[in-house]
Formats: sequence, C-alpha cells, structure tokens
Amino acid sequence: MPSKRVLITGLSTYWGGRLAQELEADPDVEAIIGIDRTPPKVELERTEFVQVADHHTLIRRIVQGAEIDTVVDTRLVIDSITTTPRKAHENNVIGTMNILAACSGPDTTVKKVVFRSSAHYYGCEQDDPSFFTEDMRRPHAPRTALERDIVEAEAAVGDFGAKHPQTTVTVLRFTHGLGPDIRTSHSQLLSLPVVPTILGFDPRYQFVHEDDIAGALAHAVREDLDGIYNVAADGVLALSEIISLLGKTNAPILPPWGTGLAVAAAKRLGIRIPREMVQELRFGRGLDNRRLKATGYRFRYTSRETIEKLREHQRVQPMLRDAGGEYRYEREVEDFLRWSPSVRREGEAEWRPSRDQIAALRRTLDSLEAGREPTGTDR
Amino acid sequence: MAGETTTALTPTDPRDLLPGLEPDRRLDDWGRSERIEGLFDSTVYEFYYRIWFRCEVEGIENVPGTGGALLVSNHAGALPPDAAMITKAIREEHPQPRLVRPLVENFFKGYPGLSMLLPKIGCVPAHPANAHRLLADEGQLALVFPEGRKGSEKLYKERYRLRRFGRGGFVETAMKAGVPIIPIAVIGAEEAQPIFAHVSALQKLTKLIYFPITPTFPALGPLAALAFLPAKFKIRFLEPVRTDDMGAAPWEDASLVQEVAQEIRARIQEELLDMIGRRRSVWFG
Repeated sequence: MPSKRVLITGLSTYWGGRLAQELEADPDVEAIIGIDRTPPKVELERTEFVQVADHHTLIRRIVQGAEIDTVVDTRLVIDSITTTPRKAHENNVIGTMNILAACSGPDTTVKKVVFRSSAHYYGCEQDDPSFFTEDMRRPHAPRTALERDIVEAEAAVGDFGAKHPQTTVTVLRFTHGLGPDIRTSHSQLLSLPVVPTILGFDPRYQFVHEDDIAGALAHAVREDLDGIYNVAADGVLALSEIISLLGKTNAPILPPWGTGLAVAAAKRLGIRIPREMVQELRFGRGLDNRRLKATGYRFRYTSRETIEKLREHQRVQPMLRDAGGEYRYEREVEDFLRWSPSVRREGEAEWRPSRDQIAALRRTLDSLEAGREPTGTDR
Repeated sequence: MAGETTTALTPTDPRDLLPGLEPDRRLDDWGRSERIEGLFDSTVYEFYYRIWFRCEVEGIENVPGTGGALLVSNHAGALPPDAAMITKAIREEHPQPRLVRPLVENFFKGYPGLSMLLPKIGCVPAHPANAHRLLADEGQLALVFPEGRKGSEKLYKERYRLRRFGRGGFVETAMKAGVPIIPIAVIGAEEAQPIFAHVSALQKLTKLIYFPITPTFPALGPLAALAFLPAKFKIRFLEPVRTDDMGAAPWEDASLVQEVAQEIRARIQEELLDMIGRRRSVWFG
C-alpha cells in the first residue's frame, strides 16, 4: 500500500526535516504533516508544521483529523551529548509510547509505522560479531542510559507490531550519519584537526551519508517493509583509514587503561566524548546491510565516499561560514505562502473539467433525472 | 511485527548483495591490510617458514582451490606459530595460492596493540556469524583451532595430546555453511615453544590469558615471547570431511555434531602419533 498522507514526528530533527523535503518531491504523497516541539530547521514547501509536544491525545487528533495512513517517527535521541539523560529518556521511551498510543485503537487510520532506531541498539562489546544482522539480539545488557532507552523504545515498537498485525511496522537501525548538515559527536570528533584515539586500538566504523538517511526513510515510506532493517552504507573502514582520508592527524592520546579518566580530562578541554563513543573507539561496529538492499534500496554513497564528501565539505566550510544566514522558520510567512489565495503556486496545476466533460456530465445527470440509463457519455 | 507475507521481497541470494571491493581502499571490510600482511609475509613468516622451522607440507591437494572450507588444526606453543605457518603453507605450496583467515579468540580484541595488529594481518574474531559470512557468503578459507587456549597453554609434558574440541561449534558452523572441513595435523609447534609451568599470580597481575614459563620467557624480557626454538615443522593436510551430504539441517542433531567433532579429533590425533613415530629428530625431522 503506497503511503499518501504522512505524519512525521520530530520534524525539527535533521532526519525529520530531510525526510519531509524528500517526500515533498514525490507527487504521490498528498499530505505531509510534521510535528515537533520546536520549529523546523530546514526550508519546507508544502509540509504543514504543527507545534505540539509528544502528547498522545493531541497527536491522535491530528492523525484522525488528517486521516494519516503513515507515521514516521524520527524523534529518537541517539547522541547523549545533545541532551540530558532525563530528557533523552522522556523523549525516547515516553515519547515513543505516546506516539504508538496515538496510532493504535480499533478505528485508527494508520496503516504503517516507520520507526527510526539506531545501531546503538546492538551496543558495542568485545565479543561482538564483525557484522551485526537484524536477527541478532543484543548480546549484553545495555551499558548506558541511552542504550537502555533505545532498547526499551524498540521493545515498545515490537509490542505495537505484535498487537497490530494489520499495520506495517518498519524499524530502521541507522549507523552513524555523516554529512555537511548533520552534527553528532562523531562528526564533531572528525572535524578536529587532531583526532584523539585510544592507544593500541583501531576500531572499525561504518557510516551512512545524510542523503541515504533521507533516502532510506523515504524508501520505507514508499515500500512496505515489515520488520527490522539495518541502514549502513557499504564498506567498513578502520578509524585510522578514516582519519587519513580526512587528511587529519591520528593522535592516540587516550590510554587503553583508565580511558574514563582521560575522557573526563578531555571534557575539561572542551572535547566531549559520550560513553557510547568510548566503547566504539575501542571495539568499533559493523552492520550487515544486505536485508535492506534486498528490498531494492541502493545506497548512493559507500562509507568511504561519505568520508570523502565530508572532507570536501570540511575544505569549503571556512569559506561558507558567515556567508548565508541560517534558515529560520517564520510561522506567519509560511502560513501566508501555503494558504493565501493571492500566492501563485508553481506546479499546482489545478484540475478543471474541460467543456466536453462538463457537457457529458450534464447529459448523464439529465438522463439520471429522467430515470433512464445514461447514454452517450464521452468518457 | 506482522507476518512476513505482507513484505513483497524478491528472493535474492545474500551473496549477490555483498558490498563490492573499492579499489582505492587500503583495508577490506574485516580490517585486513594487504600491505601490512604482505610485509609480515615477506619478512617474519618467510624467515620462520623457510629458515627457522623449515616447514614440510603434505597433502596440500586436500585444500580446495575455490569455495569456502573450514581448516581445523591442533594448537600449541605459548604464542602459537602454527596459524601463521599454515597460512604461509597454503600461500606457498598450493597451485592456486589462497588467503586463509585464522579465527582468533576475541579476548585479543581487548589487548591494545594486538587488537590493532591482528585484523590487519588477516585474523578475524571467532564468532559463529563471522565464520558463516566468511565460509558461506564470501567463500573463503577459515582456520580454527577448536582446542583454543586449552591447546596453547598445555605444558610440555602433555605435548601432542589433543584437548577437548570445544563444544563442536566448528562442526555446526561448517554444516550451516555447507562447506567441507579439512583437518590439519601440525608437529613442531610443541617443541618450538615448550611451556614448563604457569605462574597464576603473574597472570592475574598482568591480565594476560596465561603467564607461561618458556625457555626464553620471561627470563629474557617480554619480547622473548616471540623467540622460538628451531624445531622442524611438518604440516599434514588430511582428506576433507564433507558436511553437505548429511541430510537436511544436520546441525540440529547434537549427537551427529559431537560425533563428527570426535571423529575429526581422533583423526588428527592418530595422524599426529603417526608423524611423531616417523620423526627421527625434533630439530631435523
């Protein structure tokens, strides 16, 4: 079933915004509605934004009112430096439950739920396989609050799927996204001139380009993918390889023992390394992306090309800084552009019946009125 | 999630979806570096293979030229040189030189330095999923030592007495991948680095997997762990054991798995005794 009326939760996150842009280009998608607590950060043409917190009765009203058939949940916090653990828990666990609650019920219009998850689900341990597949359960209990929240959120989505067999439930586990517009602790680490690494370790890393993030989410909206899918580009790189591709210096300054203390010291110097990342800097992680590829999705970039793109961006970034102001959402302007009859909307060729069609319709109506079978309809 | 029937997937061979090789990459997806492995191969391995251990190889024709196969060998020496010598033997003697991926226990992933070096020289952490990908999907040769550390930590007086072959996991892996198992018997490694005793207090202190007393270690310092006595190495590749003709899903049958594991262990043990029986000198063969 192709999705026509889509609700994006977390429109103001990078993922939600990019997905909305991607879906706007698709004429099959009739309505795109985005919700979030804060205004969107990217320019949107026809997406309607509703500023609302994750409250299930409100979301439910939006879902019912707009006859939403597909809900894409992109709110998940995957980087513990972006917010406090408490807020992350509120968002990742309670928020997910609210959104699922808004989609459930016997009279719901929702036919598909796409949940953006993270490869943090798998964690990062010494005895991990080199390539995680979707069927692998997390081998160890979660180490950090963030991982625990992600596991819990996924369990809620799994429960929802079990209770709603008619609904297509897609879980996309994304590896680290990289690109000019995405800011995570990994992109911050890789933008330093000297990249701190743990002495004696060279972890394996896999990335996904930001275009592929939007592409994979849109793919899940267009196709019916039931189940869990890893989203990670082809190719697993060693950290040393990444650093040399970026033309940076590899600085193995974090000691292999007592790494936690060194990380605390680095924090004082302004380099924040979240706990998930410390594990990854030691053991790395690779994902098997073949299940998603088998559904017909083709990645536009490999991990290596993603890094090369990042390098290009890092080269031109100093020139671009202060060039153009950042996008700011202006409610009044957006509303005017969307709803005012004075605005000439490009590409919106309004359908008008032709003279012949009106004549045919009139004849049909006349004949129906006269109680006869309609005859001589042109169409 | 809802039933699989709603998903309109075209059945695709997962092998066709493996990522392609990018020509400019210096490493493969497992982390192996052609350059670093080549460097080791042309210096350290070459020296030990030709000059120090003077390896002698029999039955190389038992190693298939294409497709996946699981090589299973006995294991010895505090810092076992057998993996490198088997790898080198296939590269040197086989008509179609092939890469061998030794599966190493994942505690090495926790050692700084080793965790960096081992993947670069082609080692892969031992995990059933890794072995399956190597054997079934990539069609490579994987080398396992089912005795694991129990083999390498055994004392000199217990030499050439095979330890328990794990829980037969290697047989299960080969069955699932449908690849043959090629047993290998190696002699020489026990004498190259005999262990006379273990010091458990120092093991706890250093957090090594064991702290052995060998002729050179620890008396001559930590690097002496790399020093081997020049014992003569003999490597014998035995006839492959097919696993694809044992019926459907043979790995479900725990007794069959144990039986095959026992049989392979017995064959290697028998072959080892035969080789030692024929050997005139530990040093000259």
